[in-house]
Amino acid sequence: MIPDDLDTIVGRLAERFSAQRGALLPLLHAIQEEVGWVPDAATPLGARALNLSRAEVHGVVTFYHDFRREPAGRHVVKLCLAEACKARGVGAIEAALADRLGVGIDKTRADGQVSFEAVYCLGLCATGPNALVDDRPVSRLDARKVDRIVAQVSA
Amino acid sequence: MTRAYISCDMASVALGADDIAEALTAAGCTVIRTGARGLFAIEPLVEIETTDGARIAYGPVEPEDVPAILDDTHPNRIGDLATLPFFAKQQRFTFARCGITDPLSMADYTAHDGWKGLAAARALPPQAVVDAVKASGLRGRGGAGFPTGIKWQTVLDAASPEKFIVCNADEGDSGTFADRMLMEGDPYCLLEGMAIAGHAVGASHGYIYVRSEYPFAIRALNAAIERAGPILAPFTVEVRVGAGAYVCGEETALLESIEGKRGQVRAKPPLPAIQGLFGQPTVINNVLSLAAIPFILAEGPERYAEVGFSRSRGTMPVQLAGNVKNGGLFEIGFGITLGELVNDIGGGTESGRPVRAVQVGGPLGAYFPPSMFDLAFDYEAFAAAGGLIGHAGITVFDDTVDMAAMARFAMEFCAVESCGKCTPCRIGSTRGVETLDRIIGDRIKGAAQREQALEAMPQMRNAKVKHRSVDEEIGVLRDLCETMKFGSLCALGGFTPYPVLSALDHFPEDFGGARALPQAAE
Repeated sequence: MIPDDLDTIVGRLAERFSAQRGALLPLLHAIQEEVGWVPDAATPLGARALNLSRAEVHGVVTFYHDFRREPAGRHVVKLCLAEACKARGVGAIEAALADRLGVGIDKTRADGQVSFEAVYCLGLCATGPNALVDDRPVSRLDARKVDRIVAQVSA
Repeated sequence: MTRAYISCDMASVALGADDIAEALTAAGCTVIRTGARGLFAIEPLVEIETTDGARIAYGPVEPEDVPAILDDTHPNRIGDLATLPFFAKQQRFTFARCGITDPLSMADYTAHDGWKGLAAARALPPQAVVDAVKASGLRGRGGAGFPTGIKWQTVLDAASPEKFIVCNADEGDSGTFADRMLMEGDPYCLLEGMAIAGHAVGASHGYIYVRSEYPFAIRALNAAIERAGPILAPFTVEVRVGAGAYVCGEETALLESIEGKRGQVRAKPPLPAIQGLFGQPTVINNVLSLAAIPFILAEGPERYAEVGFSRSRGTMPVQLAGNVKNGGLFEIGFGITLGELVNDIGGGTESGRPVRAVQVGGPLGAYFPPSMFDLAFDYEAFAAAGGLIGHAGITVFDDTVDMAAMARFAMEFCAVESCGKCTPCRIGSTRGVETLDRIIGDRIKGAAQREQALEAMPQMRNAKVKHRSVDEEIGVLRDLCETMKFGSLCALGGFTPYPVLSALDHFPEDFGGARALPQAAE
């Protein structure tokens, strides 16, 4: 899963941000976008490229929820569980999705097909419950839309 | 050719606006994508331009409705949106263009009074711009309500070869979406406000820190920065993307994050205005504060300040969210009551059940019962009532809500999102979850089960042999909240007690306590 040329990738991306101050977050975002996650092996590479200590890079990777230290499933369903969606009944949607997808929240299904993750607010708070399905926003989730999501991520 | 307007706002797209735009294009219309109008009950919304330039609205609609829209026979015909009470009652200063113009069209922006504020500001010396902002009475729209002009004055007075403008667009509070709507629907307005701030305090570079959950806003801002570059020059702006840490909405944690570090809160002083980003004097303002600036400079501070209530001047883009019928963005002068917002404008709950609680100001805001709906929307009035207006998001709950579960969620959220720097927040929130679990556990299982609890086992020699009663547990929880409120370094630990204490005060029956006295008639 870890690309053989990780050091080349990190080096090339670090080059892109070399002129920026505080380049570590942009670099980690770029690594995740290209590789899909941030392998631990990227930590010393990023540290060397930006002249930081490994501890500093490790601290940042582990602080932010966005950075994945393990590969995600082929599809990612992010469901908002914050207050405004709770007020609009996301509890039942969470149970239905967990049941139909066969994986609980914040887990990746064993076959690697889908990751089901919680997100705290997508800013669509008047039309919840809301989800991001492979980065595509879906609002007013109901049984029909749950069916559609399940079909989409099973493909 | 028929011109059709349809929103490209993330909320509209999530409701299917893209499919409708495609169907309209296929039917031969010229489709113009705008920001969101702000009333999501009628989305997806299409507006068709008539021969005299007026717009006739239809919503909500589906892609197969396109023929009925084009021959004007659709049953969801609304007509002129401006006549709907939801829009007629608003005072749109900051959101004047949102939903009307193509967000990325420089021609539209200029035609709708864009860049006037920047031109006016650049004709003035920096001190005069700061004075105008002071005279407008604008206070920080991120929640703290600190006077923007005074903050700017501090940065202007700080001698330094390098200063920064930072826009806090890390809008993580559930129930708020005004920043997102503005960045997607009128990004030039924010850039103009930042360029004015740069001129006023002598800063030449700005950062917009946007949360990663807002991909549409990130795209819109990057495109807008590229197109507006020549007008903004010599001021330059850069977008920085967050990485899912709620605490980075706190200004000092946000600065750390831009610097490429863990988003840990800094102790204040030194204030960011003196020693902010990369140690330099920094103006850090919320999206809505900066977006209010162009209007103030273009129309004059008096025009802004004449609206409002007491020490809260100007308008507030209020967001009606959660279980509410007419959810959306409602910009209005301060002073309107909570009840007017929830019942008259919002139309009560969408589920049709009675309103039981509203949370104002996001996850750190207090829960209010309907008996307090005469509260005026004003920084001081809310503070006096044990709450905060925060970023002016109002999340409505019907009578099915379990307030003990919501109080537990508030503590759990704080435990997960705490940056770990100070003890009351880092440890207090975890102990809060445990205490609430015991209270909720007792409520469900009854106290008898608790005799088998871990603390009561003989091995636990130092633990209390007899566990606490519910009332004692609530006493522990209140005590813990006091510690967090006064001992935490920032608003995350300091305000998490607000939802917890307000739930305890106004909804004691959910915690297994005595039922509250019947609410006085409204």
